[in-house]
Amino acid sequence: MAENHPVAFQWVIEAREKHGAQVIHIDPRFSRTSAMANIWLPLRSGSDILLLGALIRYAIENEYFFREYLVHYTNAPVIISEKYRDTEDLKGLFSGWNPDEKKYDPASWLYEGAEPERWGTAASSHGGHGGEGHSPADLNHYEKDETLQHPRCVFQLLKRHFSRYTPEMVERYCGIDKEAFLRAAKTFCSASGPEKTGTICYAVGWTQHSTGVQIIRTAAILQLLLGNMGRPGGGVLALRGHASIQGSTDVPTLYDILPGYLSMPHFGEESLSLNTFTQKYGSKTGWWHNFDKYMVSLLKAYYGEAATQENEFGFHWLPRVTGDHSHQGYWLDMVDGKMDGLFVMGQNPAVAGPNSGMERRGLQKLKWLVVREMVETETASFWYESPEVKRGEVKTEEIGTEVFLLPAAGHAEKAGTFTNTQRLLQWREKAVEPPDDARSENWFMFHLGRLLKEKVKNDTSSKNAGLRALTWDYPTEGSEAEPIPEEILKEINGFKTDTKELVSGFTELKADGSTACGCWIYSGVFPKEGQNRANERESKDFYGHGWGWAWPSDRRVIYNRASAKPDGTPWSERKKLVWWDAEQKKWTGNDVPDFVATKPPDYKPPEGAVGDDALAGDKPFILHPDGLGWIWAPTGVVDGPLPAHYEPLESPVRNAMYPAVQNNPVSETKRRRGNDYADSPDAKYPYILTTYRLTEHHTAGGMSRTLSHLAELQPEMFAEISTQLAQELSIVPGEWITVTTARGAIEAHALVTPRMQTLMIDGKPMQQVGLPFHWGYSGLVKGDIGNDLVAISEEPNVRIMETKGILCGVRRGRAHGNGHTAAVPLESKGAN
Amino acid sequence: MPTTAFLTDATICIGCKACEVACKEWNEVPEDGYVWSGLSYDNTQSLGASTWRHVLFLEQPLAAGPQVADTSDPFRWVFLSDVCKHCANAGCLEACPTGSIVRTEFGGVFVQKDICNGCGYCVVSCPFGVIDKRYHDDGRAFKCTFCYDRQKVGLMPACATACPTQSIQFGEVGELKQRGKNRVAELKARGYGDARLYDPTETSVGGIHAISVILGEPEAYNLPPMPEVPTSYLKSAWTSAFVSAAILMAVVLAAFAMRP
Repeated sequence: MAENHPVAFQWVIEAREKHGAQVIHIDPRFSRTSAMANIWLPLRSGSDILLLGALIRYAIENEYFFREYLVHYTNAPVIISEKYRDTEDLKGLFSGWNPDEKKYDPASWLYEGAEPERWGTAASSHGGHGGEGHSPADLNHYEKDETLQHPRCVFQLLKRHFSRYTPEMVERYCGIDKEAFLRAAKTFCSASGPEKTGTICYAVGWTQHSTGVQIIRTAAILQLLLGNMGRPGGGVLALRGHASIQGSTDVPTLYDILPGYLSMPHFGEESLSLNTFTQKYGSKTGWWHNFDKYMVSLLKAYYGEAATQENEFGFHWLPRVTGDHSHQGYWLDMVDGKMDGLFVMGQNPAVAGPNSGMERRGLQKLKWLVVREMVETETASFWYESPEVKRGEVKTEEIGTEVFLLPAAGHAEKAGTFTNTQRLLQWREKAVEPPDDARSENWFMFHLGRLLKEKVKNDTSSKNAGLRALTWDYPTEGSEAEPIPEEILKEINGFKTDTKELVSGFTELKADGSTACGCWIYSGVFPKEGQNRANERESKDFYGHGWGWAWPSDRRVIYNRASAKPDGTPWSERKKLVWWDAEQKKWTGNDVPDFVATKPPDYKPPEGAVGDDALAGDKPFILHPDGLGWIWAPTGVVDGPLPAHYEPLESPVRNAMYPAVQNNPVSETKRRRGNDYADSPDAKYPYILTTYRLTEHHTAGGMSRTLSHLAELQPEMFAEISTQLAQELSIVPGEWITVTTARGAIEAHALVTPRMQTLMIDGKPMQQVGLPFHWGYSGLVKGDIGNDLVAISEEPNVRIMETKGILCGVRRGRAHGNGHTAAVPLESKGAN
Repeated sequence: MPTTAFLTDATICIGCKACEVACKEWNEVPEDGYVWSGLSYDNTQSLGASTWRHVLFLEQPLAAGPQVADTSDPFRWVFLSDVCKHCANAGCLEACPTGSIVRTEFGGVFVQKDICNGCGYCVVSCPFGVIDKRYHDDGRAFKCTFCYDRQKVGLMPACATACPTQSIQFGEVGELKQRGKNRVAELKARGYGDARLYDPTETSVGGIHAISVILGEPEAYNLPPMPEVPTSYLKSAWTSAFVSAAILMAVVLAAFAMRP
């Protein structure tokens, strides 16, 4: 966090210095964050679930869990279908496994008595970001055992499931000293109960695994056990990779979700009509009951007056997802010559994509490529500068791709919002005009859409009907006809379709076409003309109300009903956040309640109630159909209702926890020529490789390698290795080494340091190699591309690739050329 | 005007180098070479004509106070942002023959770039090795201005403003010295046995205006434990020269006098 989020890390330092917070850092390498931590544990990359599972076991065995919270607010007491079989029974698989389709049928994961879903295996391949809670299965009626003793209650299943995740296993397979683990476990698990909370912060180090989603799930389970969700100082905090990445999933750039985590329609039975679609994704109970209101309001924002009750609000104009169009999926299509053209904006896949070498080969197959950037990135210059061209493997004149490089405005050259890690929308003003022909994204997309609409104006084909129906009338300003960004935010906020009056929040949205809203979770950011809440800049309290605006409804801590006891009083004075005011008969406190404000704590839903009314007054997790925190995921996750430790797709060890199942069985390797894998283990690739970022650079370097003040701080590609590995291979500090994987070979300077530790894994010393991935073939400073070594693979829920815990080999000398091992002079800069 | 100072606390520096970048941005300092050093993450390596803030990365086989690090041998990684000390008796200022280097109303030492003629006397006179000539340019000397322009309008120096963890603190020198002492006492109580304040006072520099909280020996941070201003040797040097000259003269005279 200090390494990649130094500005946010100021709060960690403040907590440590002023309030005595204990900071525990777990990372394969000793980073700048480790230097600031009270406890640092190394870890074998890819053994995360083993470690987190052991923490869960520790919390249960030592009774650190917060019983009252657990019993009332989570599904720990809920009894699960007797058809369920655990990985303990099925040698590493959950019940429902279909070996032919390599998929689970999740019917046996449901609560006892819940009906299986109408549309078959709901948890099919389109988990996406928005999967949770979208299920017509009746999950609001269940049997429970509040003593947590029933052998099929979630708590007992969890206890049994993680019973073999012991400190001894952690020592043996994570490489963490048992005593150090126990100390960290005690420290973290002590942050539980009415008086204390603890938080878990993570970044892509956790997500970029073939078990990525389940790693985060394990962290969420641990936090639910300790009562650390919905309470101040608690939570599982995703530190996003760059400015507004949170925004780019909220109003998504992803193929399988629509704004506000509404599912994109898939090509299938459930998408035959708007009605069947909303039935599948709306849920009978809980907040997602409102799915149809948000969906119809979105369609009204897209299609305006053309969206009518008769044409199902233009639902049929939405494209249908026909397959895997994630980054990995479409890039392989590109390699296979199935794509004509590509727009690349704010991304540099020629350097940043997994198996970048293969991604660059994909670019060669395109007919046209548009790159909008502030600088000429490697993606724009691949046709004359890439290593393939330099090595003569392909000639520039043989590449048919027509490349358009269009200049883009920088963040200070355009107005708009950023949405940060905390779901906070912050408005930024334009500081200066963009230079020359550089334009904002708004300008580019607006005018591109305008020209495309102009082109199909007289076209009557059904193919272009949606484009013709699209409302595309943003008012513009200035000599360049720049769309007014406030107007876009207003459309996102939502309005009444007849009067154009802005809505004050998503509770005003309707399913009858009388409201339009571009993204329901952002509704309320612009509640009245002239009131842009993202542009508020006077913080009024400790939680920052008055500074920017957090979705949903300016709630700074989500699910904050859990910060009060079931009876509505705070758990403790020290940790109070929102509570029930019995006199005024409403929820009040230091945050906007994430709960229906007038629903009393003792509210009991009447028989047959739907939506939020079906949830009792002590059910804080209102997006779930049962209002509970899901220790157990009965639906929405495709690779198991509980997380299980599987080895990375390439691993130096066999899976000791489940010897019969080496990897996540649902993950995909996309194995093909050029995207090969090492064996597990593999004598040619005996070391573990993990990639990461440095403070000094920004992702693939397009914004930092081009700036002298940043480029000089980390000017060349290096690999971090331990002193033991250097001795073993006679590597002189600073000299060139070559790092190889089954995909390729790159060269880097050897940075020999005790910050990389030799781990003892299953009794044998194990080396990890650390590789920053910031360099490429253009910019002020250049270097080989770390991502050339990574495979294109897919985690099954969100289709992210595995960039951590892969296998590599290391040898002395340069990867290219004559292979000499001249050490770089450790020259001083004094004599320049 | 109060005399201002920096207090830089290595125990909360996260090594992000925002100070280096902010300094360069504000003061329009050019790049200082794209040289990968191989020395931890320290590619800036030292203060110089084109580096006015420098974050030092120290990897040591010692424990960081009470930190529990699961390493085979004790290990700590300490970062310290170093800067011109703006000495009370500044060697550079005293050595400058052109009057380019002056004392500001904030007690800082300021190089007037339009007067400097690049003679370089200041370079060898700095006890901390801070000021240097920009050799690849026209050879004039540069160093930290203490953001004189910012202080003049009531702003903090750029580095202290950019520091996310308040490792670089800026304020009145006496207050910061006290704050530094308190911080060291607090750190010692928390188990950082080798915490200390780097603030050499009993030397000829007569006090510095950029003090630091560090762990361990100052030498590890390239900080001289007893910095001395070269001009403090002037009196003894001239006295010796005078005495030598007198003795030589006496010998010469004696040689004439003893002539037969």
